[in-house]
Amino acid sequence: MITIKSHFLKQLISSCFDLFPILAVISIFQLFVIQQPIPNVAEMLLGTLLIVLGLTLFIQGLELGLFPIGEAMAYAFAKKGSVAWLLAFAFSLGFATTVAEPALIAVADEAARVVAAGGIIEATEESQESYAFGLRMTVAFSVGFAILIGVLRIIRGWPLHYLIISGYVVIVAMTPFAPAEIIGIAYDSGGVTTSTITVPLVTALGVGLASAIKGRNPMLDGFGLIAFASLTPMIFVMVYGMLL
Amino acid sequence: MIAWLLEFGHTLLLTIRDILPIVATIIGFQLLVIRRPLRNPKKIFIGFLYVLLGIAFFLEGLEMALFPLGKLMATQLTHPDFINSSSEIVRWQDYYWVYLFAACIGFATTLAEPSLIAVAIKAEEISGGAIGAWGLRLAVSVGVAFGISLGTYRIVTGTELYLYIVVGYIVVIIQTMFSPKMIIGLAYDSGGVTTSTVTVPLVAALGLGLASTVPGRNPMLDGFGLIAFASLFPIIAVLGYAQIAEWRNRKNSNIT
Repeated sequence: MITIKSHFLKQLISSCFDLFPILAVISIFQLFVIQQPIPNVAEMLLGTLLIVLGLTLFIQGLELGLFPIGEAMAYAFAKKGSVAWLLAFAFSLGFATTVAEPALIAVADEAARVVAAGGIIEATEESQESYAFGLRMTVAFSVGFAILIGVLRIIRGWPLHYLIISGYVVIVAMTPFAPAEIIGIAYDSGGVTTSTITVPLVTALGVGLASAIKGRNPMLDGFGLIAFASLTPMIFVMVYGMLL
Repeated sequence: MIAWLLEFGHTLLLTIRDILPIVATIIGFQLLVIRRPLRNPKKIFIGFLYVLLGIAFFLEGLEMALFPLGKLMATQLTHPDFINSSSEIVRWQDYYWVYLFAACIGFATTLAEPSLIAVAIKAEEISGGAIGAWGLRLAVSVGVAFGISLGTYRIVTGTELYLYIVVGYIVVIIQTMFSPKMIIGLAYDSGGVTTSTVTVPLVAALGLGLASTVPGRNPMLDGFGLIAFASLFPIIAVLGYAQIAEWRNRKNSNIT
């Protein structure tokens, strides 16, 4: 019990260090540049306390729950030896974690408004909603596809950089043909897909697979799943924008 | 107090809704496909509970302490009265506080980004300490700071987004050819993890504020794109960090 407590305390202190720069930047700019007193100091202090506590709990939970389950499932699939089921799991994990992502919902709604203002779709609520829904499904599908390809790459041992660089080339080649309104959204959608829960889970899955499969090096082959998940949405969203 | 509890309950419910599809996928595959009991179900359950509570506390705290003030500052700093440009023509030099704030806030929020901490812990563990968690996080934060600062410059000057992105990709491709193979996957991944819970809302407010106050910019078109900068430059920074580390090692081994 004492060791657990001291571990928690250590984590708590390290969370304070993680948070300190944000507080410093905001206070210094507020006091010296904008030159206004900080409003609601009490609420700010309480909020900061919550952030520190939340970050500490999250990291503890990471090592207790998310990392072990990701790795355990990777080992179990590798032992089972069924590539089809592993790929199905990879796709489901990518799709399921993205489709409900709040940041994505916000971006999709915003995108529908921009596109309607640009006159590409009708400015009715119905057509905007169906556009936003289509966009969300497109991104979720593309993340599922990305994790699938990434897992297949780990199994087969394909070099990561060729795949990623070809992805970049495709994006660059598509950009001139995509409607101007969609480009910024497409580029941003790559960044918003990877949430706080998905990242540790997917990282543990990749690293676990690379350690379980003979001939793969976890450092060399284990990472890269998230890179795919931020790359494919850009391509799929541009295709979506070009088709509609 | 009761109002606050209600609000926290709401955040908690939202977090549960986000985590539910993931838990359903895991349990579904565990029961139907793997069909083998987990080794330590109680520990994993507690872990998930910690993650759930942690994220809810974290979001609630951000909502209370950082976001209102951060967003307010983003609008204040981009306000024409603050910029105080004497002429009608937009001079990019007048926005120096914006660039500085963008760099500082990008750096600071990335250091506190939970997903990046997760990846950094894993990388240190896998590499046996050859890649330090702190070194990686610092490199990524420097990348985000530079990226967001450049992104605000782009909004002020109104230059085309894709030009920057294309040049950035070319730099990444060239760096990839000369980097140690071991770091490449990690570097590419670090581009995706920088932009989640903490960074996106603050950066989006900055971009939107800037695009709606700089004359001639359209917030609909120019407000987007900062996140793309924040995912591109960390890749360059991490690859650069690995190259510098390798050069220094080679130099040292040449001397001895």
